Amino acid sequence: MSALKTPAPAPVPAPSARSGASGSAAARAWRTVRSSRPAAIGLAIVAVHLVIALLAPLLTPYHPTVGDASHALLGPGADHWAGTDQYGRDVLTRVVYGGRYALGVSVTATLITIALGTVLGCAAALRGGWLDDVLMRILDAVLSIPAILVLLVIVTALGTGSGVIVLAIGVICVPQVVRVVRGAALAVVPQDYVTAARARGESTWAILRREVLPNIIDVVCVEFAMRASWVVLLISSLSFLGFGADPPTPDWGLMVSENRTAITVVPMASLAPIIALATLVVGLNLAADGLSKAWGVDRIREGS
Amino acid sequence: MFTFIVRRVVAAFGTLLLSSVMVFLAVQALPGDVATQVLGKDATPDAVAALRKQMGLDQPAWERYFDWIKGALHGDFGTSLVTTKPVGSEVAQYLGNSAMIAVVTVLFAVTGSLVLGILAGLYRDRWPDHVISTVSLVGMSIPEFVVATLLVLAFSVTVPVLPAVVLYGPGAGFGQLLPAVWLPAASLAIVMAAYIVRMARTSVIDVMASEYVTTARLKGLSTWRVVTRHALPGALLPTLHVIALNVAWLIGGVAVVENVFNYPGIGKLLLTSVQNRDLPVIQAIALISAVVYVICNLAADLGSMALNPKLRTRGGRTR
Repeated sequence: MSALKTPAPAPVPAPSARSGASGSAAARAWRTVRSSRPAAIGLAIVAVHLVIALLAPLLTPYHPTVGDASHALLGPGADHWAGTDQYGRDVLTRVVYGGRYALGVSVTATLITIALGTVLGCAAALRGGWLDDVLMRILDAVLSIPAILVLLVIVTALGTGSGVIVLAIGVICVPQVVRVVRGAALAVVPQDYVTAARARGESTWAILRREVLPNIIDVVCVEFAMRASWVVLLISSLSFLGFGADPPTPDWGLMVSENRTAITVVPMASLAPIIALATLVVGLNLAADGLSKAWGVDRIREGS
Repeated sequence: MFTFIVRRVVAAFGTLLLSSVMVFLAVQALPGDVATQVLGKDATPDAVAALRKQMGLDQPAWERYFDWIKGALHGDFGTSLVTTKPVGSEVAQYLGNSAMIAVVTVLFAVTGSLVLGILAGLYRDRWPDHVISTVSLVGMSIPEFVVATLLVLAFSVTVPVLPAVVLYGPGAGFGQLLPAVWLPAASLAIVMAAYIVRMARTSVIDVMASEYVTTARLKGLSTWRVVTRHALPGALLPTLHVIALNVAWLIGGVAVVENVFNYPGIGKLLLTSVQNRDLPVIQAIALISAVVYVICNLAADLGSMALNPKLRTRGGRTR
């Protein structure tokens, strides 16, 4: 966040708990995390997932996609803590590597969504007028078609590569982000410092970056955590339906669909990816909840 | 008030028109020539050209769009490329089966979550609130297919009382499908309820802190009366919108859950049509779900107007 170079005209009634001007963003974030237990727990869970995903090759002696057929469908034991699946692959190894796919794809997709949604939302709020009307109508229309349907059509058209999925999800989730960000930006736009910047003749882009964005950054952060949890669920559903990650990629949704039929024989093969998936999303949701409470962002009101 | 209703209805039609254009364009953009796909790779160019003419593919896109919309308004969505039956009647049959799941889901999710949400709101920061809030957080953190899998494990494997897989086709009767409705509906209701509980809780907390509730309390009304007569209508209002927004999600959720249980509904049809590239069917399903979504949102807007006298006079958007 760039420091507010433009001296805000003196009597700006800073929207309470929304002024991000004091202290660096990092220091403020750290204070928030320390003061909010749900946020701290949530971020810690996500961090553990990140570390495990990054260190995957060091954590397990097995290969995620190559199995030993003579050791298929084993229960949990000393060699295989969570047992093996029908191809003799170590379940825990696949879960650990699965985090790489889940986090990699969903974080990139969420970044694209948030970036696009923030720019569009701010632009709609700043420009108003016909741009706002047209944009909101189009987004309403996009929202009226279920996300999974759009995803299925896009994936059928362009293939199931992770690049396609990242792009498709990036586009599909934009409308919700635009709604939220536009709502938050509309509260900032009537402020005097925005009017002042406009009077100075600054470009929309400059106003957006220097005046509006710093004041809605907390809304954007909360939206990121919240949207990420959504994206993780969407991607795993897609994989479960067989339109996401291609076998034998270690992916949690795919693992559940592969091992579901053997759930009575090796329940851990289905339960382990479920637990991994659930903890990651719980972590993201806790972080979103905690941060929004600590920053006074009214998530439900913002229309998510 | 009248102008407000008219404006909302016109906006809804505008949205629908726009989404129909998008659906058409997106599906038409699917690569690969449909005629070639239907006839197979070995078809002679003459045969392909003949089929293209027969399917109207030689006409410009906008003309095909208007033909499609004109037909759709009369319930004619063309013929399926795979079964060669009329899409309209086929989709209607599957849609009816899905409606059974949807009705049960919405009934369970809405009543259950309103009760839980109000409880959590009334006992704010005490143990009922903590339990309900934690459970709903977990509920919204696990995808439908996981809930469905766990329910199968519990009610079809451990205690075999409900079927894990439906063995009937789309033409199955009400009685045959009825036992199979409960598990899919429960899976969807659990996930859907998780969202509504949170919304209901927040609005109950807001409403209970409001002045008119304090007044009602000071009048000496019992807690039950305060909750049912004063808090509930106020809390229902914002919750209505969350429910309407959830309908779009429900259609997507149905696609996932029906495939877990092999239930012959619209979600199952959607997935097979996507696999077979049965474009008219995909278009029809997308258009129908857009219509359902827009109608539900319109109903929520008008419903909240009925519940909130303030909105009737202001005549603005409810948001």
